[in-house]
Formats: sequence, structure tokens, C-alpha cells
Amino acid sequence: MNVPENLRYATSHEWILVEGDTGTVGITDHAQAELTDIVFAEPPAIGKSVNAGDIAAVVESVKAASDIYSPVSGEVVERNDAIEADPSLLNSDPFGAGWIFKIRLSNPADLDSLKDAAAYRSQIGA
Amino acid sequence: MRTPLYEEHLIAGGRIVDFAGWEMPVQYTGILQEHKAVRESCGVFDISHMGEFFVEGHGATAWLDSLLSNSLASLPTGHAQYTLLLNERGGVIDDLIAYRLAEEKFLLIVNAAKIDEDAAWLRKHAVPGVEFTDRSAAFAALAIQGPNASEVFKKLFQHPMPEARNRVLEIQPGSFIATTGYTGENGFEWVMPASESANAWKAVLAAGVTPCGLGARDTLRLEMCYPLNGSDLSPDRTPLEAGLGFFCDLKKTAFIGRDALLAQKQLSALPHKLCALRVTEKSPPIRSHYRVFVNGEPVTETTSGALSPTLGYGIALAYMPPAYCDLGQEVQIEVRDRRFAAELVKKPFFKKQ
Repeated sequence: MNVPENLRYATSHEWILVEGDTGTVGITDHAQAELTDIVFAEPPAIGKSVNAGDIAAVVESVKAASDIYSPVSGEVVERNDAIEADPSLLNSDPFGAGWIFKIRLSNPADLDSLKDAAAYRSQIGA
Repeated sequence: MRTPLYEEHLIAGGRIVDFAGWEMPVQYTGILQEHKAVRESCGVFDISHMGEFFVEGHGATAWLDSLLSNSLASLPTGHAQYTLLLNERGGVIDDLIAYRLAEEKFLLIVNAAKIDEDAAWLRKHAVPGVEFTDRSAAFAALAIQGPNASEVFKKLFQHPMPEARNRVLEIQPGSFIATTGYTGENGFEWVMPASESANAWKAVLAAGVTPCGLGARDTLRLEMCYPLNGSDLSPDRTPLEAGLGFFCDLKKTAFIGRDALLAQKQLSALPHKLCALRVTEKSPPIRSHYRVFVNGEPVTETTSGALSPTLGYGIALAYMPPAYCDLGQEVQIEVRDRRFAAELVKKPFFKKQ
């Protein structure tokens, strides 16, 4: 199971890559494997404000719908339209082309409560 | 509970879920891939959780004909028939396949979740001279489905698969095949002693068949509008409402539920009709118990739903009130807080070319 070192992780299986004041958010390889074939994805609208832990997006597999939580507080500044057109990107490239949204962090201290790769790996037993 | 193939499912990478108390694989590699395998080549499903009842003895045909909606008297030996077990109100207890093995000997294949209820119902209505035995625990079964199923059959049995649908053969002593299925594809179901199932499973996989789980089984059957008991069928809905009138022989002498069906036939319209709804815009997958609206008013809810893997759009079944049962009827299906446009279409959603 791929768990890149350069990311921070939420217990609810989202990852965030922080560059400056902006973070890119997606779901982990472990999450996509658990969800199985993803057939629908709805990234959040640009401009949406969320608090850490709020529902920011929805993805659905053949069998179930899953909420995607924002790992940090802030404002959505970009959404990945490509996953709406091709939700399978979430399965095939969860840390790359399958990213979900970009968020401008309003409280960078949120990052302190997220896990590093080692801690997330131990959570999922990888 | 586990079927005799539980270990084989783990070996094949099955993801195990609970289904009516059974630990069953929902998928192996992925539902979409398994669905496609059945539509384009061949897939195998473990259906050992389903029940096997034997009914035999002088009067077996007449007895079953007093309990089941379809006509067994007119079914030749070596044929199988889809039929329904009804309550006095004409509601569906179970839908099942009856194999006529001999003049007065039948094998009934019933839904896993209904084995005990069906068996209790049959015992309650027992008559002298007809022996009923629930042999569900002693039998396993595989469904082999897809355009390549005939070739697989030949590899397995060195015998051509019967070309006609609904044929039954005792292929080996105590082991039966029927050209039946729940996917809309060519194929057969193979009912065998539990002790033989692991070897049978391995032989089927060795023939190049894709193992398929309950997830693909559900999307495949829904594309065909085949009902799932417990979701699309219920003790409170009749087969007429479910669109299964073809499997009710109202001309035969009394069977339980017949009077209720005849009374319902006298009504100017059925109270509900199970209709096929096709979503006409991009939407999330439709699931059961989503509300259906007409002109902004909630009128019913879906009983089954999916994003059709073959067709690429949302599909659902719903019991519609009579005023809204015409083809082309526009409806909206609510997913979370949004409504998506859909229309009533002819069954099935998917038709094999």
C-alpha cells in the first residue's frame, strides 16, 4: 500500500499536500482500495468555506456513498473537474490525477493534528 | 454462515460481506470488471447459499400447483420454471425456480434469506404421500453465465450445453444443471453435492471463467429488471404489481393467493406497478429507498437502483402509482438533497443484441 512520505494524513483517510498557503486534498491509496470501483465523484464548489472535519466532497462506489472530509479549515480555490468526468482516476491515481480539491488554509495549525506517513501507515496496518 | 466454497473465495481474493447471514464475496477484483466479464465472456458465481428443496411422491405436482403461481402440470420433465410462492393476500413470500426431475419429483431453488420461511410454509401445508425435504445444507451451486458459457460447459462435461433455455439435466448422479440464470446472458446453473463443489469451482476457474461476487450479480440482474426478493418483491405486493403476471397461471385450479390476484384483476387499475426508471442526466448511482417525485410531489421510492455498468446511466425500479405508469412519464429521483430527472422506460434496461 502506497503511503507517500511528503503528505499529511487525516484519520478519515484523506491526504493533503501543502505548498505555501494552499493544500491539495485527495483520498489515500488505502481508501480507494477499500471503496472499490469509484463511479461518481463530486468535488466541492470553488469558494466554499469549510472547517477541518467538515464534509467537502462525496465519492460513490458501485455499492456505497462515502463522504470526504476536509482535513483543514479554509476556502476551496480549485476543484478537479477531471474526476467528475472520470471517477476511476480516484482508483488508478489517488495521489496524482485523482486529487479532489485545493484549499487555501485559514488555520495552518490544523496541520499539527494530522498524521505523518509513519503514523498513518500504522493506523492502516501497512 | 459459510458456503462450502468460503475458503476458495478467500484464495480468489474475495471481499467478504454479510448477505442475509451468509459470509459471501461481494467482489474479487472489482464489480465493474466482473460485470463486464459476464456481459462479454464468462463469469461464475457461488450461489450455494440458495436453498435446495426436493419434493416427490404421488401427488407432488398437484400439491406444488396448489402452492405455486405458475403451472407445473404443464411443465415437461427435464424443464425448469420460474414461479412464485404467495401468501393468501397474493403477496410474494418467495420467487424460485422449480426443476421437474421426473413426473412426480421436483427440485426447488429458493432464495437464501427465505429458506426457513419457505420450508415452514411448505411443511405447514404438507399433504400425505408427498415428501418434502430441505437439502440446502447438503448442496452447493454455481451459476456460470456469459456468452462463452456453452464452451465452458463443453470443457467441463464433454457434452454440448442444451441450446434451449430452462432445460434441466442430471449431468452426474445427484448433480443437476439447468440452463437458467439471473444475468440475461447465456449460461447455466449447476447444483451439486456440497462435497464436490471445491473441485467444480476449480475446474470452472481453470476453464478461464472470471469469479464474480454479489455486487456484479446485483448490477447484472437489475439491468435485466429481474426482481430481487426483499427489495423489489414483498409480502405486501402481488406478482401482478411486480409485473410478473406471466408467471401466474390464473386458469389453473386453486392455489394460495389466486383469489387475491383475481380480485386485483377486477380493479380498474392495479394499486402500484413496478416500473423501470432511467435517469436522463448525469447523476450519482441510484440506490434503494431514494424518493421519487412527480411534479414536485413525492409519490414513491426506489426499490433497487444502480449506475448501470453496461449503459453508463442511473437505473432503478420503483412501485409507481397507476396515474404515473406510462412509458415516458417524467419523474425526479432524489439523491441526498438534489433531484435528478428520470423517465419511465420499457423493461428491461439492457437487451442482448
